[in-house]
Order: sequence, then structure tokens, then C-alpha cells
Amino acid sequence: MEKHQIQYQTVHFNLNGKDVEKTVDVRASLTDMLRNDYHTLSVKKGCEVGECGACNVLIDGETFNSCIYLAVWAEGKRIRTLEGLMGPEGELSDIQQAFIDEAAIQCGFCTPGFIMSAVELLESGREYTDEELRKLLSGHLCRCTGYENILRAVKKTMYRRLGKEMPTA
Amino acid sequence: MYDMKALYQAKSVEDAVVLRLAHPEAQIIAGGSDVLVQMREGRRAGAELISIQTLDEIRGVSMEDDGTLRIGSLTSFSHITRDPLIQKYIRVLGEAVDQVGGPQIRNIGTIGGNTCNGVTSADSASTLHAWDAIVELTGPQGVRRQPIAEFYIKAGQVDIREGEIQTAILIPRESYENCFGHYIKYAMRNAMDIATLGTSVNVRLSADKKTVERARVAFGVAGPVPLRAAHAEALAAGQPVSLDLADRFARAVKEDINPRDSWRAAKDFRLHIAVESARRAFIESVKLAGGAL
Repeated sequence: MEKHQIQYQTVHFNLNGKDVEKTVDVRASLTDMLRNDYHTLSVKKGCEVGECGACNVLIDGETFNSCIYLAVWAEGKRIRTLEGLMGPEGELSDIQQAFIDEAAIQCGFCTPGFIMSAVELLESGREYTDEELRKLLSGHLCRCTGYENILRAVKKTMYRRLGKEMPTA
Repeated sequence: MYDMKALYQAKSVEDAVVLRLAHPEAQIIAGGSDVLVQMREGRRAGAELISIQTLDEIRGVSMEDDGTLRIGSLTSFSHITRDPLIQKYIRVLGEAVDQVGGPQIRNIGTIGGNTCNGVTSADSASTLHAWDAIVELTGPQGVRRQPIAEFYIKAGQVDIREGEIQTAILIPRESYENCFGHYIKYAMRNAMDIATLGTSVNVRLSADKKTVERARVAFGVAGPVPLRAAHAEALAAGQPVSLDLADRFARAVKEDINPRDSWRAAKDFRLHIAVESARRAFIESVKLAGGAL
């Protein structure tokens, strides 16, 4: 059998605020690199075909399913994972706390992906309607919660950050 | 890890052409939402890839001196939807690609990939057909431009020749000026679904908004490749705006379309929703253009 020549490439990027570099196998997905080389294990391997959203991370401020993104494409990018939300003393961020408060977590597998999509929309500083929020969160599958609690956690945090009262009903 | 034989990363469009000639068997990869998924499924396992993902020179929307709207092939769906030029001149394209997959897919998926995979259900394809888009390809002989209808050869096959890559989608001024359009994606779910049928209509009305100067309609999934309904277009041209015209226009689309039975939907059902979607999209387009009916 023909021997496969493994191709490596060095990638420089910023992970959760820190400049890093790594020599990776070009066949690696960004999920592979983040999990295996950086132990950012919030990035889950779910469907691995870009459908479930469990591997979602922010790349230059936009959400991407890291399972269908080559690790070598990270060159020069600013990448954020759930780990980057942690406070200096290990505190949870407001959106993570809201997920707990609203029982928006059961098994937890989809949660980091959902939260990173929530981070993008919360940081836009905009006030979204329920319909818009549903659409912005539609790239994630959750088999436990039925989505309502997730929507409420995001909505509550959005209003808290906007300094507004959340409308009832 | 992907089951990939080799990865060649293009550093420029020129470099991509050189790589294409050097590795004719290699698959071009742009955003990756098709190619990487197919590789994972085993369909493209063991392939060599030429990545053009990092070529920022073919990313973004701009206006050329002659008024042609240029959409770089690597522009993602979400960037097309948000782009001010798209919103001003061909808003319906931004609305159509906003219905692809989910948010993360719209950040990675590109308009070039959506057209180069030659799939009839692509959400951008019917609108690009309905607006007479021009496909720009760059190859060893330089730049070649081709109407999008000729770019599609058959299901899953487009006219990309040796050494070429698609570098832009162009919308000429004559094609978008004073035109207003509406796209209807008929699918089972609102997110992460593929169109059962896609219908894109656009109209240009006379100055007094009483006459249809030009109406264009294209469908996805009404045939093996996206297609226009020439009979309906001819029927509406020059006619006074009315609900009756909308009905006749919609019924006439059956002359040109040829949907099939598939596990997603039956042929008869597709014919039914094609007529109804054409009617609704025509009415909506006329309203957007300032007409009353």
C-alpha cells in the first residue's frame, strides 16, 4: 500500500484572547485542533457534518461550526470558545448563569454551542424579537429541553444587558 | 481528521489556477459546507483538495464603473444579506440566501459554492437565474463570462473548465435597475432544510406603475437544474397590472417546468406549489415595485 505522506502546517491565531501557534496535520478540523491540542473541551463533537451546532465557536465575531472548518484556516483569526467566557476567579458569565437559572440545561451537550451563538447576538447590543431570536438560535439541536427554556435564558440576559425590563407575556 | 489525500492552499487567484492545472483531479473547496460534509460521508474520501477559502480578493460585494454589481464568489450568505448594495439593488437575493441552512451555515457557505455544486435546490440559484446573473470564471486564458443559465449543464454539473475557478457573480445594471423581486422557499421546516421548491419572481413596472414592463420567474427543484419559465414571462410582458394577470402568469409556468417525484414531494404537489408560489411572488413583487392590484 502506498505510504501516506502526512502534511503539516503551522497555524498562528488568537484563542480566547491569547496569541498561540501550533503545527497541525492539515487533515484536522478546527474541532480536532481545539479539543486535542488546546483541551478546550466545551467544543463538542456531535454530528460532525455541520448540522447540530455542538461544535460552534466564534471566529472573528461570527458563529461557525468548527467541525466543518479546517484547522489550517484559523491562521490569523480570533477564535473564542466557551472557556473564554470564564471570569478571573473562575466565575460564570451572566449568560451561563441564566442557562442554569432557567433550567436551559439538561444533559449539557448542546449548551456551549448555544451559548456561543447567544454571545454573538448579545454582544451586538440589539434588541431582538422572539421570532428573530428563534431564527438566530436555529442552528442548534437540543434533544432535552424543548428549546423554550433556552430561548427564555437568552431573552432574559438580552434584556438585562440592555438595562430594560423584560416584557411579560 | 478528514480523510484527505492532500491539501493545496491557494495564495491568490493566479495561484489557484496554477494549482488547478497541476492537480486536475483535486476538488476545489471554498467554505467547506458541501465538500467537507461529503468527505465525512465517504463520497469524497481520499480526495485532494485545493482550498481557495482564504482568498479575500474574491470576497465581498462591490459596484463596477458601468453599474454592474459584483459579488465575489467567496462572499458568505450572511454577508450578502447584510450588504448595503445588495439591500439596495437586489434585496431578494439577500432574503433568499438568508433561508439557507442555519446561522452558522450562512456564515461559512459561499455564493460561489452554492452555484458551483450545480444543485437545483440551491436557495441562491433561482434568484440568480431570474436576474440574469453572469458567472465570471478565471482560468489560464484569463477571464471568461457566461450567463448563469448556460453555466448549469445538468444536475450536479456546471461549466468549469480546465484550470478555472469561479471568481464572481455579476448582475448587470440593466438586469436590476427598477426591478423588485420576491423569493418563496417551500420547505418542511424553517431552518436546516432543503427547498421542496424555490420560486423567484421579479418585475419592472412602467413609470405610472400600471403596466408590467418585464416579469421574470425562475424555479429551483422544478427540473434537474434551476430554470426560467419563458411562457409566463412572455405572457406578462406589456400587460396591465391586475390580479387576473397574476393568475394567468402563474398558470403559464406549467408550460416550462418539469418537476419530478422524489421522496421530498410528488410531482403533482410540486406543480401545484409552483403555480401558487408564482402567483404569490408575482403579487408581492408588483407591490414592492409600487403597483396596486
